Amino acid sequence: MTETITLTPHSSSPTAKGFLTDTSLCIGCKACEVACKQWNQLPLDDLDWFGTSYDNTRKLGATTWRHVTFAEVPGAGGAGGQTNWLMMSDVCKHCQHAGCLEACPTGAIIRTEFNTVVIQQDVCNGCGYCVPACPYGVVDLNVEGSAADGKAHKCTLCYDRLSDGLEPACAKACPTDSIIFGDVIELQERAERRVDDLRDKGLPAYLYGNEEAGAGGGIGNLGAQFILLDDSARYNLPAHPSLPQDRTFGAVAAMAATALALTAATAWAFKKS
Amino acid sequence: MPGLGARLGRGGATTAENDLGNADCIVIMGSNMAENHPVCFRYVMKARERGATIIHVDPRFSRTSALADRFVRIRPGSDIVFLNGLIRYAIENETYFKEYVQAYTNATTLINPEFQDVEDLDGVFSGLIPEEGRYDNSSWQYQGQTEPPSPPMHEQLSSMSYAQRVGNLEGKWPPPSDPTMQDPNCVFQILRRHVSRYTPELVEELCGVPQEEFLAVAEAISRNSGRERTTAWCYAVGWTQHTTGPQIIGACALLQLLMGNIGRPGGGIMALRGHASIQGSTDIPTLYDLLPGYLAMPNTFDKHETLHDYIETETPKTGWWHNLPRYMVSLLKAYYGENANPENDFCYDLLPKLSGDYSTFPLFLAARAGAVKGLFLMGQNPAVGNVDAGFMREALAHLDWLVVRDLFEIESATFWRDSPEVKSGRLKTADIKTEVFLMPAAVAPEKDGTSTNTQRLIQWHDRTVEPPGDATGEPWFIYHLGRRLREMYAGEDTPQARQLQSLDWDYPLDERGEPVVEEILKEINGYTVADRKQLPGYAAARDDGSTACGCWIYSGVYPEEGKNLARSRVSDEQYSLGWGFAWPSNRRILYNRASADPEGRPWSERKKLIWWDEAEGKWTGHDTPDFPVDKAPNVPVKEDAEGMDALSGADPFIMMSDGKGWLFTPSGLRDGPLPTHYEPLESPVENPLYAQKTNPVAKYWPRRGNRLARQQDPNFPYAITTYRLTEHHTAGGMSRWVPWLAELQPSFFAEISPRLAARVGVDNGDWVVISTPRNEIEARALVTERMHAHRVRGKEVETVGLPYHWGYSGLVKGDAANDLVSIVAEPNVSIEEAKAFTCNVRKGRLRREL
Repeated sequence: MTETITLTPHSSSPTAKGFLTDTSLCIGCKACEVACKQWNQLPLDDLDWFGTSYDNTRKLGATTWRHVTFAEVPGAGGAGGQTNWLMMSDVCKHCQHAGCLEACPTGAIIRTEFNTVVIQQDVCNGCGYCVPACPYGVVDLNVEGSAADGKAHKCTLCYDRLSDGLEPACAKACPTDSIIFGDVIELQERAERRVDDLRDKGLPAYLYGNEEAGAGGGIGNLGAQFILLDDSARYNLPAHPSLPQDRTFGAVAAMAATALALTAATAWAFKKS
Repeated sequence: MPGLGARLGRGGATTAENDLGNADCIVIMGSNMAENHPVCFRYVMKARERGATIIHVDPRFSRTSALADRFVRIRPGSDIVFLNGLIRYAIENETYFKEYVQAYTNATTLINPEFQDVEDLDGVFSGLIPEEGRYDNSSWQYQGQTEPPSPPMHEQLSSMSYAQRVGNLEGKWPPPSDPTMQDPNCVFQILRRHVSRYTPELVEELCGVPQEEFLAVAEAISRNSGRERTTAWCYAVGWTQHTTGPQIIGACALLQLLMGNIGRPGGGIMALRGHASIQGSTDIPTLYDLLPGYLAMPNTFDKHETLHDYIETETPKTGWWHNLPRYMVSLLKAYYGENANPENDFCYDLLPKLSGDYSTFPLFLAARAGAVKGLFLMGQNPAVGNVDAGFMREALAHLDWLVVRDLFEIESATFWRDSPEVKSGRLKTADIKTEVFLMPAAVAPEKDGTSTNTQRLIQWHDRTVEPPGDATGEPWFIYHLGRRLREMYAGEDTPQARQLQSLDWDYPLDERGEPVVEEILKEINGYTVADRKQLPGYAAARDDGSTACGCWIYSGVYPEEGKNLARSRVSDEQYSLGWGFAWPSNRRILYNRASADPEGRPWSERKKLIWWDEAEGKWTGHDTPDFPVDKAPNVPVKEDAEGMDALSGADPFIMMSDGKGWLFTPSGLRDGPLPTHYEPLESPVENPLYAQKTNPVAKYWPRRGNRLARQQDPNFPYAITTYRLTEHHTAGGMSRWVPWLAELQPSFFAEISPRLAARVGVDNGDWVVISTPRNEIEARALVTERMHAHRVRGKEVETVGLPYHWGYSGLVKGDAANDLVSIVAEPNVSIEEAKAFTCNVRKGRLRREL
């Protein structure tokens, strides 16, 4: 794989590649899901039906690297039972400060020359530290089914295709250009213009994937950003994601307090005896 | 097909999918376009991005609705009320495009004063012969015109040739007209009276669409039509599969003519075909009643005994179809090669003559009765995909032999061991004598060939991977079957043997033994017989046997040696004339002469497409002119002329006998010259308009098991409609066996509203049984607010939505929605009524022996 492992803040890196997923253009066709599975030769997950709108994929996982969410919003569209139906293709965010990468003890998770975050399968030992470290629930261990290898898997932003100058399979397959691949810097500019346009049309559009929304808490910018039309929770995206190390203060403090209390109690007990 | 053909001249989409991006307003009705045509929907999204208004009119809130600016929920089966309401609105508010209508449609033409409308006769047009279930259309004719040749309206036969569809005007030419459109017998006044009752109040009452929503649509269309702006319409089988299907589509064509939206950029009617090359399979047809290029299949009812008879009967005196003899003779030369010569009528007598209706339903009824011995199924899965699929499976069980060529072992190949009928004991495997031959087929990327998509665009595809195992393409199968049959019949002297022996069956084979497909395309394009040079186009076809042409409308796709235009891939920002080849003659927008005014100037700068270049003396512009390129706008109609001379330089609809778009169809449709509202044969709502409640000439095949619910039958109180999902392909043959697709929609479900769920007593995910008088099936309930009752004539009408992809084989299984549908058909092209019928729903599952 790559020699150029860099921790340059990637939104400012001219080489950073990423996605812009514009939900105002998504028609929920799932071509991205199928193109991803086909190109990456990922097996089917299950054949269960869940009754959750048209979504039987339900989550990203070790063998599902694109996932189209369907949110039926009752009554939002006016009278007569009309509803809003929000569709969005979720994917690994390729974070500027990636929790998975920082949690990986073996160096299996790297930042590539495209400033994307990739798990090297030949290095991963399946420890699973990256799984809870991801603020978005993207990374998963492959422990079930015929293709189970116990290792961590997620979107590679089609590292192999990028290396050959091709765009990722999902972006290539998207019929309405809801998924756009490109330089993150350009995509950000494009997204800002697009958000302005959508707001001019009266839509409550905003960008998810920067310090203001979707990538605060020290995550920085996202390599895969989204234009959303509703509360991010409707799309199953956390409004305020955080890195695990930022969640440690409470734990450390609690542990310290417990230790102090135990010490005090012990001392008190000894003193008493 | 006749919905568009009878009013405009050709049974194909009038526009190109990339031209939808030029529309100012797009109305999608009778189609769930985002789900079933996601690639084409790209251009709808482009139009929306440019500021166009997108309107979706449908019984269900689907993925298309979610992307539209306006969703209008309409009751299944009430489409004509809505469309006639729009027509009335345009006329009464004078928002129609008057100059266009006067110049380019038959609005000004005078109709036989004996014509009586449904308004006069309580729901039927003049000429109904009730005991025969058909119309005599002589009173529908233009004034002074002799009656057209009697259409083959025999009970058994549904076919109607193009000559009959586009009219065959034999009387004094041109027919009388009133350019002021005031004469009470002119088409415009007849139309105005006909639609006068379709008020916004009636739309609300019958469609369940609030008046203000209907008016918002009417205003959007009016605002976005005229010189400066255009509106496009998109439809699919949501309009086709009704006992009034061609009339619904015809109502749209009528409206688009009235608004001046045909033949212009961003206008037109996009007939969305169900899957790859459905358009191609009507152009070079798998239909029983057509020969390639929409030439009528000879039959035993009309005067078709000799080639001379056929040509005499079929060739219209006026318009482009006057060239029919060239196309017919060239086709016979392509079929029979050097065996075809003027002395033997070019082997015309070897063509089989139709002696009855061999459309799908009569064919399967005959199979059930034991009259059909063998059947080839290639790319079709009637055990799941045909209406009353249970009956279809029974019919398959009464064949002697069945050849199924498919990608997987589909239900139609396994009905004898695992169909619901076998599991329930109604059929016993031991009693089924059908010998099934399952042959593996190659899928598109595994074979060379073309497909013709929804916009008539012929595109070549190369073999990119080897097919697995013994799988082969259709050319291999057909060629070698023909070769072996010819060998078997080599020494025999019978008519059947001569049919085989006389065929020109000489195709070069590649190293795999497959015919070289490009050679077939060259034959379809046509060539001169003497020197085997490719024809540059159908204008070069001759009726003397000097040319051969396999399908005249495709001529030009391979205009010279080594030049396969279907393979061409040059795109540009306009009409991409260098991408593939669109029949006819690479025209992307049909009837585009109408994009210019009668003098040949664009109606507006913003909507210019082709125009008359006075200096050059020819038509020019962004598209290939759909008009004789050097015929000046001011060329007058020649009195009593023939062929194209009978049309003026301002008659854009060159396939029609009078060069006009037909608001009123004196011939061409069996169920009336104007669209009128009839309820579906099964309906929860009473038709308040007339004593005649349903289409009086709809087809019904009486048979035990093919029972219909009564009108407003309390036992079947809910409307029901069937449809498809993005994730699956029609009857599932290409998706239920593919893991990546099967997992996306793994179960058959019924979409119902929360209110209906509460009435039935089910929650989301519970099992329900859906029943009709034909059958009952089970499904999971998908309870969603996307479904909602319609308030119609004071009562709430609930609709049940069923995707029809599942069957008893594959990675994901489920009941077939088509098991519920009846065998009825509209009278023009025998299409079923699967989009609006009635059912009941109850909680629970079916008890089945497994």
